[in-house]
Amino acid sequence: MATNPMNQFEVYRIGPEIKLGSINLSFTNASLFMVISSIAILVIFNLGSKKNSLIPNKMQLLAELSYTFVSKMISDTAGSKAKPYFAFIFSIFMFVLFCNMFGMIPYTFTVTSHIIVTFMLAAFIFIGVTIIGFIKHGLGYLKLFVPSGVPVVLLPLIVVIEIISYLSRPISLSVRLFANMMAGHTMMKVFGGFVISLGIIGGWLPLSFSVALTGLEILVAFLQAYVFAILTCIYLNDALNLHH
Amino acid sequence: MIRNIFFSQIPLSFLFLVETFAAESGGMPQLNPEFWISQIFWLTITFGFLYIILSKLILPKISANLETRKSQIMENIESAEKQRKDSEEKIKEYDKIIQDSRIKAKNYFNQAREKVLKDISKKREILDKELSEEINKAELEIQDLKNKSPEKITKIAIETSNDLIKQLIGVDVNNSSISAIVEDLSKRNKKEYHGN
Repeated sequence: MATNPMNQFEVYRIGPEIKLGSINLSFTNASLFMVISSIAILVIFNLGSKKNSLIPNKMQLLAELSYTFVSKMISDTAGSKAKPYFAFIFSIFMFVLFCNMFGMIPYTFTVTSHIIVTFMLAAFIFIGVTIIGFIKHGLGYLKLFVPSGVPVVLLPLIVVIEIISYLSRPISLSVRLFANMMAGHTMMKVFGGFVISLGIIGGWLPLSFSVALTGLEILVAFLQAYVFAILTCIYLNDALNLHH
Repeated sequence: MIRNIFFSQIPLSFLFLVETFAAESGGMPQLNPEFWISQIFWLTITFGFLYIILSKLILPKISANLETRKSQIMENIESAEKQRKDSEEKIKEYDKIIQDSRIKAKNYFNQAREKVLKDISKKREILDKELSEEINKAELEIQDLKNKSPEKITKIAIETSNDLIKQLIGVDVNNSSISAIVEDLSKRNKKEYHGN
């Protein structure tokens, strides 16, 4: 069923079956694109950091611009205390960005269009941020759920809402990325299918849609990586600088 | 916080939409748990590997590159600033030297002028003196000549008139009578001349 727009999200095993007891750890197409994205990031940034010339070459400029971009994003949203977590946020941003961008190449697999992947990233961030918050502020971190300046009558309600909102962070973070990626790629596939089914006469309109969508999806791929990273920074900011 | 809740609601509702859509087209591969563990496993490995290499090897290098560039630029700016100050001082020195030498030159010029003026006035005085001496001398000479001239003229007049009378009449006239007449005439002439 090549016309099924959900077909592109199918995960299948590549190479031999790896089993740990009854757990299936086989190398899949998703794993392949995780590896490709990681290696691409490492190659690009290794090239960009190799030579240290006063006037940077293209690769160096790319690496340094990305570095300053993420660094500025972190210092803007989470302040100077977030400096030790720079490498992690940089890795998250680059990993999501490269996975999204590799997904834009036809016949590739989009790693971030799988809820389990984005949810694992988000859950890791959520747990990490919560641990950091408790380490930094002890039980005082619970003040996060008690906003200042709220009438006492409303307080129980507000605290419940705050706790729900806090707990829904990993879900919102992961589902935002996953849903955006999946919806975009599904749409592109649907319009691609229209091009084929309408033929040479009627196919031009969906084709033009498809072209426009490709541009939009590239924008979304960047934007979602950015949103993912900046929300991580915001959560980190809550844990580092308790405002409430 | 409330905004966060709002934001989290949007993707959630989206998820329900997607699920209904997926149900219609025969299930979402994303919700098939067959490869979930595998994906988590490989994500952990690749992302862990990526994070370790980026944080231990690559990002410190980029950061160091940026730092060295920053410090180098700062150094260059500092040295440029220093050189600018130096050159400003040099310009001031140069200006001072020029002004000094200008004043000196003016002094020299003034001195030289004074000297020349003094010399000129001295020389002029000497010249004036000499000239006035010469003039005096000349005037004396002229006076002398003037004083001597009437006698001579009278003498010449007497001789000439004697000669003339001799030639005209052929008579030798007494010199003293002629001289009396000549003197009388010259006195009259002199009066006329001085009367002018």
